[in-house]
Amino acid sequence: MNPGASNFVEGVNNAFIFIIGISLFFLIGITLVIILFLYRYNKKRHPKAVQIEGSNKLEVIWTIIPLALVMGMFYYGYVGWKPMKRIPDEGVRITANARMWSFSFTYENGRITEKLYVPVDTAVIVRLNALDVVHSLYIPAFRVKEDMVPGLANNQMWFQPNKVGNYSLFCTEYCGLQHSFMHTEVVVMEPAEFWEWYSDTTAVAIPIEEGADLALLGRQLVESKGCLACHSLDGSTIIGPSFLGAWGSNVPVVTNGQEREVAFDEAYVLRSIYEPDADIHQGYRAGQMFSYQGEITEQQIELIVEFLKSLNE
Amino acid sequence: MSDSNNAHNVSYLDYKGQYKGLSAWIFSTDHKRIGLLYLYTMLAFFSVGAILGLLMKTELIAPGATIMGPKAYNALFTLHGIIMIFIIVVPGLPAVFGNFFLPIMIGAKDVAFPRLNLLSWWLYVIGILIVLTSQFLGDGPPDTGWTFYAPYSFQTPANVLPAVFGAFVMGFSSILTGINFVVTIHRMRAPGMTWFKMPLFPWTLYGTAWIQILATPVIGITLLLIVAERLLGIGIFDPALGGDPILYQHLFWIYSHPAVYIMILPGMGVISEIIPVFSKKTIFGYKAIVLSTMAIAFVGYFVWGHHMFTSGMSGRALYTFSFLTFLVAIPSAIKVFNWVSTMHKGSLDMQTPFYWAVSFIFVFMIGGLTGLVLGSLATNVHVHDTHFVVAHFHYIVFGGTGYAFMAALHYWFPKMFGRMYDLGWANLGWGIFFIGFNALYLPMFFLGMQGMPRRYYDYLPDFHGGNIISSLGAWVMISGIIIIFANLIRSARHGKKTTQKNPWGGKTLEWQVETPPTLENFEEIPTIEKGPYHFGE
Repeated sequence: MNPGASNFVEGVNNAFIFIIGISLFFLIGITLVIILFLYRYNKKRHPKAVQIEGSNKLEVIWTIIPLALVMGMFYYGYVGWKPMKRIPDEGVRITANARMWSFSFTYENGRITEKLYVPVDTAVIVRLNALDVVHSLYIPAFRVKEDMVPGLANNQMWFQPNKVGNYSLFCTEYCGLQHSFMHTEVVVMEPAEFWEWYSDTTAVAIPIEEGADLALLGRQLVESKGCLACHSLDGSTIIGPSFLGAWGSNVPVVTNGQEREVAFDEAYVLRSIYEPDADIHQGYRAGQMFSYQGEITEQQIELIVEFLKSLNE
Repeated sequence: MSDSNNAHNVSYLDYKGQYKGLSAWIFSTDHKRIGLLYLYTMLAFFSVGAILGLLMKTELIAPGATIMGPKAYNALFTLHGIIMIFIIVVPGLPAVFGNFFLPIMIGAKDVAFPRLNLLSWWLYVIGILIVLTSQFLGDGPPDTGWTFYAPYSFQTPANVLPAVFGAFVMGFSSILTGINFVVTIHRMRAPGMTWFKMPLFPWTLYGTAWIQILATPVIGITLLLIVAERLLGIGIFDPALGGDPILYQHLFWIYSHPAVYIMILPGMGVISEIIPVFSKKTIFGYKAIVLSTMAIAFVGYFVWGHHMFTSGMSGRALYTFSFLTFLVAIPSAIKVFNWVSTMHKGSLDMQTPFYWAVSFIFVFMIGGLTGLVLGSLATNVHVHDTHFVVAHFHYIVFGGTGYAFMAALHYWFPKMFGRMYDLGWANLGWGIFFIGFNALYLPMFFLGMQGMPRRYYDYLPDFHGGNIISSLGAWVMISGIIIIFANLIRSARHGKKTTQKNPWGGKTLEWQVETPPTLENFEEIPTIEKGPYHFGE
């Protein structure tokens, strides 16, 4: 079992222990009885069967006792689950956005991240938002999971982490080609550290040091934003066109139904990120990519451009 | 043309006589031949589905790309699911052994509507062919999983429609078989065979048939709505068009949960036949088993919501579905207790069908008990859509229905083919299969509790250990399957001939007729005086 790190862990684990405990008792008990019978009543040792039609008393007993036990299981399951649905009024509010095939998290101050950063011992209320198809947000260490359904307003989940550390976060509703790569991390921090991180909005404008490798920074962006789930770096087609050799080429596109050629330059990159369906690369389908307006800044696009240029070297 | 109401010297099976060779099979209205047609079709597709599963497990033996890319993997688990669910386990036992043995076990010469029965097989084959076109035509094989969840199934460029339409056509095959069996059981039982003198396998076929009739139309309508949405752009399920994806999940599971009972009930019936015969003892609690069968068939309609505990349904709906789910566990438990009690003070004859039946009880218990973990809300949230679920339903559908199918095949084989299989090889195959099966699926429970989501082409290194054992188990299990099938296929053609009517000492009617059964099963319709398992005298 995954070691837990949230306020729900105890209730959920108790239900697991109760159900699995009783189940193991019956599984092992009945299996041993069967093995005993196979030995004891083997036709070599017991050549003549004794005919028994049945017993109403036994039927009642083995209806009532299991019924009582499963009602107990229902109860433990209910008790462990109920607090998950009692969303508190106060807490850190975060919007989780899912798209094929990456998560992003928007904080109330406008900060957007790829990992989920949360303070320890504080209620965290996550609004679940899916842009394209059904996804599901699952944090095994917290014992929480809730589907992210496109078009479903006010869909929320909450939890209160109680241990500092990094934990896996998965998409658990099958969402297409790169579903299994749609995972990230939850970073649970000390509250002081978290609030310092939270208010440090300078991180939004990345301080680029003198002599920094711009192409490398661009590459990190392309990786963290999930671009590579659809755009390969080796010339192969995944969902969208490959990045390899794209920079400086002439791209055959369809704009408002008109076929034309445009130069793959900085303006084209910006338009493709903010309005993906404006110029559709011929041979590819519209509607596959959603706008990254508000998620990738223009400054970051400059870095991505540096990275795309570097692919031609 | 013939008519069963004609004078008794005109058989309604006559017109089969005008055909020869292959046509004498595919146009035969004889229930036994139709049962065998289903058997051969299923075994062929089962082999395909099993190989797909083996490829998937081989891919998962290590993180990262092993033998294929994500696109191939997603297509594989979709096709594996469609084949195993729609082509194998849903028609499964009723179509093969129900067709072959239901009329014989209730003392009838055929089912009520022999030509409708043939039509069912044809619809089944046509449905399969339509599904297969999805693999070869259009923009690539479907990659949605067998559940075709909206809105992904509308957005993927893959060729989803033929698969959906094929499943729709197969649905009609299922409904027609259901109607046929209900009428057969109501109208054609031998004189003296009251409801409570009917053997338990026909009883489970009866419960199953009602589910087939009442639940299958729901999936039919749902699949048609998908077609309407994809082709005509009517917004029903796709939120981009104003539809509701949760509605799709409800409609899908309103059918697909009862369908689980379509799969497992006849399996329970087979086990209820085999255990008394090899214990030389009447079944313990006949009426309790009958009542639990009907209770499962009934309550099974009201628990579909437990597939959607994390979908965003209201809390009240969630605990109601959880409560009902626990109720449906009870009749299954009652059956297990009665089977084990049947063995008590019996005279146990350890033969291949009995090995399968006893191991059925073991794997079915694991499947059922882990179902309790999934029925409880708190634990479900953690393991929902993880490998735990995959392990659970393979224990039920493959462990339950699959073991029962193997048990039935080894039990009725001599009657069906008039030849005996090699018992040594059969037992060896069973042993290897049993070990491989548990090595394959048991680790998945642990992977799921650890947090590994299902339908993952790739996984984090944390999950490597369980996956290695599971993948090796798959290879062991496949070796077992090869031994079992090779033995049965060889024996069906060259096995030792037998005309012995009753090799296992059974009491039901199929063991009183010729081996293999004659065209009309009975020279004279028997009159029934005793219960089906009167081992006393």
